[in-house]
Amino acid sequence: MNIFSKMIAAQNNKNTENNSIIASEVAIIWKLLEEVYDPELPVLSVLDLGIVRDVQITSPSPGGRSWEGVVMITPTYSGCPAMDTISMGIRLKLIEHGYNNIKVISVLSPAWTTGWMSQAGKDKLKAYGIAPPNSNQTEEDTRLFAEPAAIQCPLCDSFHTKLISRFGSTACKSLYQCHDCKEPFDYFKCH
Amino acid sequence: MKTVNLSTYQLTNYLLYLADTNLVLSQRNAEWCGHGPILEQDIAITNISLDLLGQARNFYQYAAVLINQSTNQRAGSEATEDSLAYLRTEREFKNLLITELPRGDWAQTILRQFFCSVYLYLLYEQLQKSKDDQLAAIAGKSIKELTYHIKWSGEWVIRLGDGTDESRQRMLKAIENLWPYTGEFFIPAEFENEAVTGVDLSSLKQPWLQKINTVLEEAVVWSPAFGDGWGEAVFMQTGGKQGIHTEHMGFILAEMQYLQRTYPGAEW
Ligand SMILES: [Zn+2]
Repeated sequence: MNIFSKMIAAQNNKNTENNSIIASEVAIIWKLLEEVYDPELPVLSVLDLGIVRDVQITSPSPGGRSWEGVVMITPTYSGCPAMDTISMGIRLKLIEHGYNNIKVISVLSPAWTTGWMSQAGKDKLKAYGIAPPNSNQTEEDTRLFAEPAAIQCPLCDSFHTKLISRFGSTACKSLYQCHDCKEPFDYFKCH
Repeated sequence: MKTVNLSTYQLTNYLLYLADTNLVLSQRNAEWCGHGPILEQDIAITNISLDLLGQARNFYQYAAVLINQSTNQRAGSEATEDSLAYLRTEREFKNLLITELPRGDWAQTILRQFFCSVYLYLLYEQLQKSKDDQLAAIAGKSIKELTYHIKWSGEWVIRLGDGTDESRQRMLKAIENLWPYTGEFFIPAEFENEAVTGVDLSSLKQPWLQKINTVLEEAVVWSPAFGDGWGEAVFMQTGGKQGIHTEHMGFILAEMQYLQRTYPGAEW
């Protein structure tokens, strides 16, 4: 092996080493994001909601944790007032663990859909008393006065329920009532 | 992000036009907060208001980026979404006139929302394909929310038009009041240059009329668009896009802006 190929080999090793360090840091950040919750639905983490689109480390600085990078999030609804709080929550969580230079940026495209909510998230929502988005339905039925798909009551599992209002306590929820147990409940609508 | 071949000046004005239109309509709808006919509908109209505010913010934020890129602002005096919403004067606002009209009764609020939502839906459908990535992204995000707005307001137009004598009279009155403000939708301003927006505004007119007529027919109310297809005899009001507003505009801006103007930089 001549000197040049030795240098290239050393450089390649170094790159692979850097790449694997970066990959493991990125994995740590994803793990930390599991602990950042939606302030309006405190049982759901930002990962359950499916609003974290990407985590990137752009400038490696081995030896410390002052990595530079970005966490990309996408809003559920344009007017969602929780987004600023969520963005701040992510920053604080990362700073708490020494990641001082990771920016949180918001990207709009592709637009968020309830299809990105994790199964774990849907289960937690139901346990919390909110009917999770119907996975058989991906888009709002646009026909006027269309009968909405049957939504299961999160309390007694009955499908015998009725829509009270398409708009609920937050932009992402509709208001329903169960004919069997008579309880009103929120439905996290498909979007 | 690519902004190829687009005139930044025209694009900035176009973004401000879209932002202002959404902001003013949002503010008008928000006046119903605590005054809706029943609780569920009070929540519905204010939810829609919040969606429109979010869409306005997206347009303002992007406009601010373009303004700051093109003018080299001194630190501390950069344009922000807040400075654009709170510190511009009446003549600088480019919103459609229909959005600044008083909220009126429930019929007027509903019908205005329906006219505007159908129009914006058709517009964003085109803007989603814009050569400008960020404009396309904002349109793509907004259009999902507009689907709800059209459905909700369309159902209410039918409910009122086909309801009691009183609700029908009110809906007829709302049509008469608002129709002269719909012409402006389709008359391009200087900044709505097709080369910038990628949208041929006149092509939206027929689909808009068709949707409006279908719903008005179901509501069994009169529409100026029946018959000759456009109600050409109606004099159409214009000027909003050029900053020439109705007498209502100053009042709504005063209400929206007084706090920031009295206590500059106030936060809560
Ligand atoms: Zn039940």
